[in-house]
Amino acid sequence: MITLLKNGKIYDPAHGKDGVFEDIYIRDGRIIAKPGDTEKIGHTLDLAGKVVMAGAIDMHSHIGGGKVNIARMMLPEFQESRRYSEPEAHICTPNCSHHATPNAVDTGFRYIEMGYTAAFEPAMMPINARQTHLEMADTPMIDKGGYAMLGNDDYFLRMLAAGKDQKAINDYVAWILHATHAIGIKVVNPGGISAFKFNQRKLDLDENHSYYQLSARDILKSLSRAVFDLGIAKPLHVHCNNLGAAGNFETTLDTMKAADGLPMHLTHIQFHSYGTEGDRKFSSAAAQIAEALNKHKNITADVGQILFGQTVTASGDSMMQQLNAKHANPKKSVIMDIECDAGCGVVPFKYRDQNFVNALQWAIGLEIFLAVEDPWRIFLTTDHPNGAPFTSYPHLIRLLMDKSFRNEAFAKLNLDAQAMSNLTSLTREYSLYDIAIMTRAGAAKLIGLNDRGHLGIGAGADITVYSDQADREAMFAKPDYVFKDGELVVKDGKVVKVVWGATHTAKPAFDLGIEKDLAAYFDKYHTIQLDNFKIDASEISDDGRGRIIVHQHSKV
Amino acid sequence: MHNAAPSIAGKTTDLASAINAAADILANSQQALFAGLGTEVHGMRALMQLAEKTGATLDHMHSEGTVRNTLTLQNSGWQTTTLTEVKNRADLILVIGTDIISSHPRFFENLLWNADSLFDKPTPELMYLVAAGTNTTPGIAPSGVAPTVVTAETAAFPEIFAALNALANNKHLATESVAGIALSTLQSIVDRLKAARYAVIVWSASHLKFPQAELSVQSLTRLIAKLNETSRVAGLALNSGDGDTSVNNTSTWTSGYATRNRFNPLKNAGKAEYDNYHFSTQRQLASCDALVWISSFNPYPPPSSDVACIVIGHPNMKFDRPPAVFIPVSIPGLDQAGTMFRLDSAVALPLKKLRTSNLPSLNQVVQLINKSLSK
Repeated sequence: MITLLKNGKIYDPAHGKDGVFEDIYIRDGRIIAKPGDTEKIGHTLDLAGKVVMAGAIDMHSHIGGGKVNIARMMLPEFQESRRYSEPEAHICTPNCSHHATPNAVDTGFRYIEMGYTAAFEPAMMPINARQTHLEMADTPMIDKGGYAMLGNDDYFLRMLAAGKDQKAINDYVAWILHATHAIGIKVVNPGGISAFKFNQRKLDLDENHSYYQLSARDILKSLSRAVFDLGIAKPLHVHCNNLGAAGNFETTLDTMKAADGLPMHLTHIQFHSYGTEGDRKFSSAAAQIAEALNKHKNITADVGQILFGQTVTASGDSMMQQLNAKHANPKKSVIMDIECDAGCGVVPFKYRDQNFVNALQWAIGLEIFLAVEDPWRIFLTTDHPNGAPFTSYPHLIRLLMDKSFRNEAFAKLNLDAQAMSNLTSLTREYSLYDIAIMTRAGAAKLIGLNDRGHLGIGAGADITVYSDQADREAMFAKPDYVFKDGELVVKDGKVVKVVWGATHTAKPAFDLGIEKDLAAYFDKYHTIQLDNFKIDASEISDDGRGRIIVHQHSKV
Repeated sequence: MHNAAPSIAGKTTDLASAINAAADILANSQQALFAGLGTEVHGMRALMQLAEKTGATLDHMHSEGTVRNTLTLQNSGWQTTTLTEVKNRADLILVIGTDIISSHPRFFENLLWNADSLFDKPTPELMYLVAAGTNTTPGIAPSGVAPTVVTAETAAFPEIFAALNALANNKHLATESVAGIALSTLQSIVDRLKAARYAVIVWSASHLKFPQAELSVQSLTRLIAKLNETSRVAGLALNSGDGDTSVNNTSTWTSGYATRNRFNPLKNAGKAEYDNYHFSTQRQLASCDALVWISSFNPYPPPSSDVACIVIGHPNMKFDRPPAVFIPVSIPGLDQAGTMFRLDSAVALPLKKLRTSNLPSLNQVVQLINKSLSK
């Protein structure tokens, strides 16, 4: 059956379409060319000038796995807080639910209701990947995928310290992608999570891990090279050293240089853009970070915007979360060392607009959004749930698109923070086309989802239709229609059909010979066997809900 | 191969009849209790769907211990580690209130006495703080080195933990001994924890059998947090088995809540609710109108009760009084594949099917009941 969406106003940056009126034809879950006159159109929907974009893609959102489930378990009170309004969150609307730890079903439903059709778990610990996939398998409506965390695992650190050649490293990285069904590789506080287990409390880019005598720079260089050599689309996903520390912007700038021209993605860069100026020794370094991003065309970044209200931070960065635990609100936290593989730190936070640091963090994120020139290299995230729940994206979109709304919100902030920010001098307003780049075309290109994030012939028919409203928050909170793989799944912001989505992966070729050494390593040092570490594809696809898509990439 | 067959009120029947009988009981129930929950991830996923449909309450057979840990997690959080870290990193292990081996028989062999470690550490030093009479001989190293054993009444643990916390905080205690233990002994425990490169404190909440034991778990986790200000110490909470860790994790990502939860049968139909006091098996048995007892790893029979009881479980299960419905199911990891969380919650492992069985899996049975209810 062919479905026709006619008279839509198309925003499809992958094809340079900026609000053009065009019809879209869908068959068997894909967008097709206009069929011949003899072919029957089964269903026609007149969109009458409504805004049409590809389904949105969240390229960084903690939607599943150990630390997310720990956050749920630790914070049962969040489940109750579904619709209450925080006094401090007065600039948010009821659409901004502030529920930071949705269960798997809620996660899928809240995403699709906002027109998002895919989300990527950015911190899938290889040893915990099975749990991550179990949770993602129980997340309906959307496609998903994960970035496997490396760079603090002892197998890799031993290889690097032993001076193993790049080819061996590449084989290991590719093996991890296969074994964990990931689509990208992430490094969190390179070397720092492991160093914390040796009681190191801080690790700078050029500081050595006390046991391995390797620097964070060594780790970054090796992993970014491996990811590049393997030819997968997604650049190395980097959570820099010194998360959240005043003055950390220099580490971030040095990390950009350490990429040495290779592609690298710096994640939740807002949390890594802090200076030490002013009476409180905490200031915005957004201008320096944005300038460097504008200059280094090999670098991409997502923002990790904070929004005010109650949330929880769930990070692989046990070293820095141990320090952050003293700011926990409510006062509780979980810090874990995990399996000579990585770690995690789960710390609830309540961001308040009358708190100097929080208010400035809010402004820093927006300053970065507005000062980075190329929307193809900056991505809209709140690092869900770390900066705010993903349900606050419509609010964030309005802040970017509506200068007066933004300035009104700014005027309510802590006054000392206002004095430290140049936000009101940034007059840029994002266009619908910019938003479509950031949340669709750019994200798909970055991750290598060739048939997603655009509306060209052959694309998967993940399509979101909005009514063009002046209130961009209302507009993006509640699309009129969402299609997932060609099926109408949301109507007027409500789910009308449940679907299960696919898992996107990348599986570059590698020398299987590496398994011999890995098997010996597992037998000697691990508490599980290699065969149990590897996830069989049937574990993801066997129950009839899940489906694995392997993306083929080639270096350009 | 098992010979066990489904039965209704003790009379052998076929699977379809047993399924229909179970569905009938649930269809007429206003407030069912799903207890035991001895299953793995996929069985629990199926049970959660059935619980949502029937408005049932969920509690695991070993939750008395689990809840002590969960309450600590929800009140202050904690700092913990996992088995591979223990094996490769721990140079000091302090065991609290348990012999470990009765619940985890290969703990010492796999994690302590195995000489291979990534960082060439010595065999860890082992200290016990346990009730007198606890079997600590498994703690004697292969080299013959005996562990340090400090004994006290279990009921005195809260006092001892408080003293350890005080000493870790450099507080002066105006006494010579605490609960019969010389202050110098407690000081030496704290000193050794502080001096260790990576100390691990192991407890089993199910062994802390005294009122408000969750506060003692919390006292231990506070001690760990304090010591971590300057050195590395981590906790390891042992579980009690029968899939307790798998069930708790699956429940949490499915409903948002750990177990001792329910799907409200009346108001806000299907809404998940959490109450680790009221939703205990013991309390619910007094008010539920149907009991679904699940025990697929071990032939543990249901608690005695007068409510209509559906048992889905181990084929060797024996009953004092036959339940309304009994459906024997395959044993995960033996008769069927599955997925199981390890005690440290960080690792989920595939369970393999090792032999042929003619029994259905719990997952299949629950789905059939669900289907029968939808008719």
